[in-house]
Amino acid sequence: MHHMTERFDILVVGAGPAGIAAAVTAAAAGKQVALVDDNPAAGGQIWRSDSKRPTTARTWLEKLAASSVVRLQGWRIVDSPSRGVLRADGKDGCRDLEYNQLVMATDARERFLPFPGWTLPNVMGAGGLDAMVRGGLPIADKRVVVAGTGPLLLAVAAHLARRGAKIVAICEQAPLRRFIPFLASLCGESAKAMQGIDYVRSTFGSKIYLGCWPVAASGNQKLETVTLRRGERQWEERCDFLACGFHLVPNLELPALMNCRIDKGFVAVDHLLQTSICGVFCAGEPIGIGGVEIALLEGEIAGLAAAGNTDAAIRLAQRRTRRLGFVRALATVTELDPRLKELATNATLVCRCEDVSFGRLRHHDSWREAKLHTRCGMGACQGRICGTAAEFLFDWDSGSIFSSVRPPLFPVRVSSLGHADTLADKGDSLASADMLASKETE
Amino acid sequence: MPEPSPLHLLVNDVAVTVAQGTTVASAILIAGIPTRQSVTGEPRGPLCGMGICFECRAIIDGVQHQRSCQVLCAEGMKVCTT
Repeated sequence: MHHMTERFDILVVGAGPAGIAAAVTAAAAGKQVALVDDNPAAGGQIWRSDSKRPTTARTWLEKLAASSVVRLQGWRIVDSPSRGVLRADGKDGCRDLEYNQLVMATDARERFLPFPGWTLPNVMGAGGLDAMVRGGLPIADKRVVVAGTGPLLLAVAAHLARRGAKIVAICEQAPLRRFIPFLASLCGESAKAMQGIDYVRSTFGSKIYLGCWPVAASGNQKLETVTLRRGERQWEERCDFLACGFHLVPNLELPALMNCRIDKGFVAVDHLLQTSICGVFCAGEPIGIGGVEIALLEGEIAGLAAAGNTDAAIRLAQRRTRRLGFVRALATVTELDPRLKELATNATLVCRCEDVSFGRLRHHDSWREAKLHTRCGMGACQGRICGTAAEFLFDWDSGSIFSSVRPPLFPVRVSSLGHADTLADKGDSLASADMLASKETE
Repeated sequence: MPEPSPLHLLVNDVAVTVAQGTTVASAILIAGIPTRQSVTGEPRGPLCGMGICFECRAIIDGVQHQRSCQVLCAEGMKVCTT
């Protein structure tokens, strides 16, 4: 098996805007830096390969290309076998990465909520469908309903419309009155305000419904019709794709594995973005959902702080504090309507990996109990999709969901578990190894 | 600049031609084939597009459990859905 150990001053996990900014900034301060990421190319979800990347993206990607940063694309972090070491798994095996300082820029994922038919093919996340289209799926003349909550909906609708999709409807769960404080917060964010205007222009002619959400998706083997509801009114729309995501939730698996303190669903950091663990920093969406501009700033702060350039980091941290109003406004506008908890019927699946229904979960009191009795969250995604949904549906404590995080953070091929000796030291991690072994022999 | 040449791959036994830079998940969608059968036999397709949900996992050139949304198509690639 392929195995090696490499050593860096600073290891950055995640090559989205925050990770790129952290790596480039730390390297410019003279440090040996590695940037590890599980996608084929740097840029994260927001700067996916596309012929029309924004100027900011091109600038940072050029800085990265010109820097001394060692780029490890196509590697995902699966374990922290000992202090100062992360283990990465890739196509050709695994490698151990030693570091003095760590910057976690692990980004966020979409929150998905179950409703009847949400498991049908062609029902995807909003960012999910966007990623497929940027990944080569033709969308011209396809009928698309975009639904859920958050600014991503408008961004996705605008992009798909520019590619020739017929945007049948844009359904935002938040009611109109919630947008007034949100629009006010955009006054200090001129780039975002301009972007918003551009999105509205691109989707001109599409119907935008506020206080509206999908209640069912149906079709024979794949999506054909979406049922939408707004107040008392309910109607059907025929469509080829439903792009549905309920804003973003941070990827906290690595911070949880590192034992970093997590506060109200986000990684707790000080003003220089150091977590509760000395020498471990966090930047971007895991410390607060705020989009690309603030993520870049946080990346720079974390990169400078990790490199020991504290004065410069403090100066940038003051600029960050001034922008946190937008982060708070975004959290408020995307708060979920409690009626969304009632979309799933007893037969609706919540755990897509193990096909566990809402009816089987509703009688349990905690995530842990539900896992033990139903196998919910024990499949390949390890609860990343259903745990996030269950937290909202049943008001289960997110702390308990992340306290169950254990290595490997992602399923790895049994052939890559050559380091099983260290995994065994962590006690119940063998359960996930067992799970993998049974999956391998399917 | 000349157009980069298209790539040819097999998804199950369906021949698919895609542009360079296409992900395997998108190629499977173009072929119109579900990415997998769930444990109770439901057809599934990609959901998250970012390597989180595992709905798009497929056997790519003989390697099992690949998240097809994070793998780029290559000439002559053989993809099997499960």
